[in-house]
Amino acid sequence: MSFLSLSEWGFKIVIGTLLAAAFGIILGLVFKGIDRKIAAHMQARVGPPIRQPFRDVAKLFIKENIVPENAIPWLFNLAPIVGLIATISILLYLPIGGLNPLFGDKGDLILILYLLIIPSLAMVVGGFASGSPYATVGAQREMIVMMSYEFPLAITIIAIAWRLSSIVGGNVFSLATIVANPLWNNVGLLGFIGLILLLIVLVLVTPGELSKIPFDVPEAETEIAGGLLVEYSGRNLALFYLTDAVKTVVMGSLIIALFFPYNLSPLLGLNGYLASTVDILFYLLKLFIVIIFSVTLIRVGVARLKIDQVVYTYWIPLTLVGLIGLVLLMMDARAFIPLGW
Amino acid sequence: MKTTYTLPIGPIHPALKEPVMFEFEIDGEKIVNVDVKAGQVHRGIEWIGTQRNPIQILYLAERICGICNISHPFAYCRAVEYIADVEVPEKAEYIRVIIAELERIHSHILWAGVAAHEVGFDSVLYLSWRLRENVMDLIEYLTGNRVTKAMFTIGGVRRDITKDQYPKIENTIKYYRENMGKLKHVFLDDKTFKLRCRDCGILTKDNALKLCAVGPTTRASGVKKDVRVDQAYSAYGDLDIDYITPDILTGEVKGDVYDRIVVRLLEVEQSLDLIEQCLDRMPTSGNIAVEEKIPKLLATLKKVEGEGIGRHEAPRGEVIHYVKLTGEEHPYTWKVRAPTYNNILPWIPMLLGEQIADIPIVAASTDPCLSCTNRVAIVENGKKNILTGEDLHRLSVEKTRRLMRK
Repeated sequence: MSFLSLSEWGFKIVIGTLLAAAFGIILGLVFKGIDRKIAAHMQARVGPPIRQPFRDVAKLFIKENIVPENAIPWLFNLAPIVGLIATISILLYLPIGGLNPLFGDKGDLILILYLLIIPSLAMVVGGFASGSPYATVGAQREMIVMMSYEFPLAITIIAIAWRLSSIVGGNVFSLATIVANPLWNNVGLLGFIGLILLLIVLVLVTPGELSKIPFDVPEAETEIAGGLLVEYSGRNLALFYLTDAVKTVVMGSLIIALFFPYNLSPLLGLNGYLASTVDILFYLLKLFIVIIFSVTLIRVGVARLKIDQVVYTYWIPLTLVGLIGLVLLMMDARAFIPLGW
Repeated sequence: MKTTYTLPIGPIHPALKEPVMFEFEIDGEKIVNVDVKAGQVHRGIEWIGTQRNPIQILYLAERICGICNISHPFAYCRAVEYIADVEVPEKAEYIRVIIAELERIHSHILWAGVAAHEVGFDSVLYLSWRLRENVMDLIEYLTGNRVTKAMFTIGGVRRDITKDQYPKIENTIKYYRENMGKLKHVFLDDKTFKLRCRDCGILTKDNALKLCAVGPTTRASGVKKDVRVDQAYSAYGDLDIDYITPDILTGEVKGDVYDRIVVRLLEVEQSLDLIEQCLDRMPTSGNIAVEEKIPKLLATLKKVEGEGIGRHEAPRGEVIHYVKLTGEEHPYTWKVRAPTYNNILPWIPMLLGEQIADIPIVAASTDPCLSCTNRVAIVENGKKNILTGEDLHRLSVEKTRRLMRK
């Protein structure tokens, strides 16, 4: 690799990462605002303006950053930064709209699975480092919740990759392959039902991943006063807030990449800039729908579960549904019952 | 090795609407031991009361608690009326009952919203508080105020409920008849609510009797205790009223948080019935107070001597006011026992063995009102002291003797 192309490559990485970070943060905050507004309307309230999350972050950044006496300062301050960086780095591997991901050829779903754990782990570390009993309880709960949802999440991803391996060759865990071969087009009746079950599992894993009601036990406001985040303030809290916002976009994009990778531009016969614009707009629409269904609707519709109920929900019913989906996909590969189309 | 850790909840904590201090001994997520420390909102109201005249205390009693602002004057008036041997006009008795039942409706629906918030179901909080607005509007229409209603006076009430006000009351009753089904459906049939409230925070009938729990808390455990039925004061004697226990709806008594929700929701419906009965039976004419001129009333009260006890079934349970007048301007003693005082100890059997996640909903399930309750704070040399059982017994014997000597 010549020096020129290397520097060009480096330039692309830096600019691309910055763009992805800005994109993730801005989009995350906008969707947070939309989520709050829609939830408010569903609860018969007016709700805050959509730009409220931006104001919150701006305000948090100018607030004092308090480190509690019992805390381990370097760990306490490091955790939010690690969390945000890990979350933004996932965006570099996810296809957004019609655009190819920056590191599309380097990472795959398994890497994303691991990267998704890092923000949660950072919160756990930060919680333990705060030296408050509430944060400790919250950190313990976060670990348990993490262990609970990982299993159904892994089942979903493996089921999809496995079914894909019987259709195409190459790295089936690569998102480029998955996006290029939407499974809905290639499965029969059993596989169709299986995919729907897996989609339900992934939609229900999302609130757990994002610590939203009914799985918000690590932060449970009325029980442990914010749990993990109880000692965080100012800049650190703002970073966690941003992590949450970006993670929402990441989870939404992951569901879109796995289940709804379709674009409008081939259908409309567009190309060039117009195609990209249409695709990104369509992607935003898909993201909006996915977030509404997996976050907003669920969180206004149910009460918070207890930690044992969370573990039960993920390990028994959701794992079972995931396994049934997996089995259906396997049977589909053996005995193909064609769909109507 | 110590496997448990302490988790302080309070005095200020999002789970608590008023300051109280819980100290939990936790093993993992399970509560092993609990200690309750009250006394953070002591305002010295009784002492202020003994510096005022009996009419002024009426307004003070109203401000003991924001929600029970009818219950306290009701009990206080009954105590003073007993001493002064005043007979309240029939119409006033009915008006008192109507206002007291309206207060019960708004208090129970407010509580339902708080309970929903404690389990993280904020949508239901907004739903119930929106339903509550209607009765608040009616209260404002009838009394002129949403919160401190200033309806009571010694020997009657201060504002009349006239015939042309009936339609609005009937409209509100109709509104709640139509909408209580929705609220009951949300609270009693929702799956996540059931998961959180069924078999959680159980208070057995035994414990309820032993610890003298009052109000919906004890009725949810199957103890039939209700001052309105037991002592049938005011207009309650004329009305068709019975104890509300959860088996009316569910057929069994478990004494858990779910049962306490059932009892409260049924009591709202009972209150609607009672108001309707009052409207039917209330005389359309007649006095609403024995003496409307306050200076004249005060002059009478300054002359009377004796002691009296007033009881009333507040939304949270039995409230007792004890008053001793000695023929002077200020009463010699004014003692308030709010329902929450009795419901503090039942917290302990309810919380033991439950999880951290149950603390908010179990603590809220007795509908604690700590501003009503906190009477004493012992501060010596700038430090808070805790009195033991023997100390308290000695002090109360001393106080009783002092009261009897006078």
